[in-house]
Amino acid sequence: MAAADPIISIKGLVTRLGNRLIHDRVDLDVRRGEVIAIVGGSGSGKSVLLRSIVGLMRPAGGTVEVFGEDVLNLEPGALRGIQKRWGVLFQEGALFSSQTVAENVQVPLREYTKAPQALMNEITAVKLAMVGLGEDAARKYPSELSGGMKKRASLARALVLDPEIVFLDEPTAGLDPIAANAFDELIRNLQQSLGLTVFMVTHDLDTLRSIADRVAVLVNKKLKVGTIAEVMRDQDPWIQDYFSGPRGRAALGS
Amino acid sequence: MGSATDGSTPWFHVDRTGRTLRLTAGGSWTVYQAAVVDNALRRIDTNTIAVAEIDASGIEILDTAGAWLLLRTRQQLNDAGLRIARFEFPQGYSPLMGVIESEKLICPADVRTRESFADVLERLGRGAHDVLIQGTGILGYVGRITIEWLKTLYAPQRHFRFTATVHQIEEVGLNALPIVGLLMFLVGIVLAYQGADQLSRFGLDIFTVNALGIGVLRELGVLITAIIIAGRSGSAFTAQIGTMKVNEEIDAMQTMGLNVDDVLILPRVTGLVIALPILTFYADIMALIGGAMMCYFQLGITAPAFVRQLHEAVNINTFLVGMIKAPVFAYVIGMVGCYEGLNVERNAASVGKLTTRSVVESVFLVIVLDAGFSIMFSVLGI
Repeated sequence: MAAADPIISIKGLVTRLGNRLIHDRVDLDVRRGEVIAIVGGSGSGKSVLLRSIVGLMRPAGGTVEVFGEDVLNLEPGALRGIQKRWGVLFQEGALFSSQTVAENVQVPLREYTKAPQALMNEITAVKLAMVGLGEDAARKYPSELSGGMKKRASLARALVLDPEIVFLDEPTAGLDPIAANAFDELIRNLQQSLGLTVFMVTHDLDTLRSIADRVAVLVNKKLKVGTIAEVMRDQDPWIQDYFSGPRGRAALGS
Repeated sequence: MGSATDGSTPWFHVDRTGRTLRLTAGGSWTVYQAAVVDNALRRIDTNTIAVAEIDASGIEILDTAGAWLLLRTRQQLNDAGLRIARFEFPQGYSPLMGVIESEKLICPADVRTRESFADVLERLGRGAHDVLIQGTGILGYVGRITIEWLKTLYAPQRHFRFTATVHQIEEVGLNALPIVGLLMFLVGIVLAYQGADQLSRFGLDIFTVNALGIGVLRELGVLITAIIIAGRSGSAFTAQIGTMKVNEEIDAMQTMGLNVDDVLILPRVTGLVIALPILTFYADIMALIGGAMMCYFQLGITAPAFVRQLHEAVNINTFLVGMIKAPVFAYVIGMVGCYEGLNVERNAASVGKLTTRSVVESVFLVIVLDAGFSIMFSVLGI
């Protein structure tokens, strides 16, 4: 397959938290339209990687290119143009607690489009329906929602502008197996119908098996990328433990 | 799907021939441009039309919003009684159209609601009810803390947290010395200056010392210190306990069998009740020193003269009248601070809102109590 330009391109990324080195010259290319899962032990820097790409953390070294633009060296206004082309789902949902679900979903619409209120209401309803939330959820405040509903509402907000990339930070954390499975299917359906690229930080082996096209494993401050089968062949002890331990075998059936 | 940023302006044409309406669409139908065609689409006139053909195959870029507009328009024409003979959209968007079509959407999510008079009445009623509930809540809380405190007196080894209390005394008292000292010193200067300014018109310069001494020792020393401490420590208590509540630390304590009142509230209130009188004493001295300096520079009253005049103007009662208020104010500030901290709810706005409320309530109660004390002392003739 002729390699089209990667939609995210990370080269030589070095990140530090205080004095601790988190990533040691990490490279990663994410292809347009794929679902890539970032896995690694607790504290290995998965969320730091995601945050470095979306601009919440400044890396100590290396380059990050999204949509072909060097996001670390943009002029102040230019970042906005890129930010409307991606959506981020934070681990706890990160819904604005003083606004209803519908108002939350409409925040990007208000910020980036001139759509009239009636049209915004309609688009909100479409997006909420797409993530499996009914009309009654739209009027609720985040404190009135269950964990699964919060994640869905956040996903609706992340997708409201039809972004090209969606970043998911531990999307199934805290969900029961049924909800987690439903969420996996939801991501898969949306990815296919909207043509999304999905960048997902996760622990969840079942999610990996069901929707990940490629896996990037963060181990010893470096990244090993490939399909699940390729990565499982790596002899690194952590990788063997992770994929071939009891849970790994149960989920991946090897 | 291409980038949904810019793109040519969306457009559509409506051709009416006989009883057929033909809608042709083109351009970029994306969320960024949807507003351009939204209104006009809603207003398509379907008079004398029986059949509709929608040809959207000329659209360059389509996203969810654009797909929605097409489907909504089709539904709209259908509802107006037209038969949809043709519905074409650009190649490659079938999955997207399928996903949206499958959601049977009738009522959009309405966001704004307007308030009617009944709503206003309801809010009033709810507000009154909330005040009553709050009142009983406070009463219950004060009672509970008092019982805990009595238990501590009877069995100190089981209930009294010595280290925590001493820590609070350090935090609330010792660490406040610089700011209280500085502010009271300045208050003394200001008071002396104002007093001197007025009294020197009548040749009564020396009585500035009387005004200063009585004003500071009876009223201002304790009142201003209490207000400073309400802002500094009252808010700190609310924010600390409130954040612990949000982090579920209070829940964790309770499940471990730790008594929240003993561990968190009593040390804070006790620490404050011990620290505030000492701070007040110190504040009185700083204010008098500031006043004395002003008297020297403004009126030429030397230090020995100042002390002599002060000795004649005030007696032990003047001092005690001020000091007696200190533990009362401390108790109020501590109790209010901790109470509002426990009231914090699990959202971001709550900590800030209740911290503000706790400071306002403490200052309000302190000033009201001060007025009450003044009245009481004047009745008693002290």
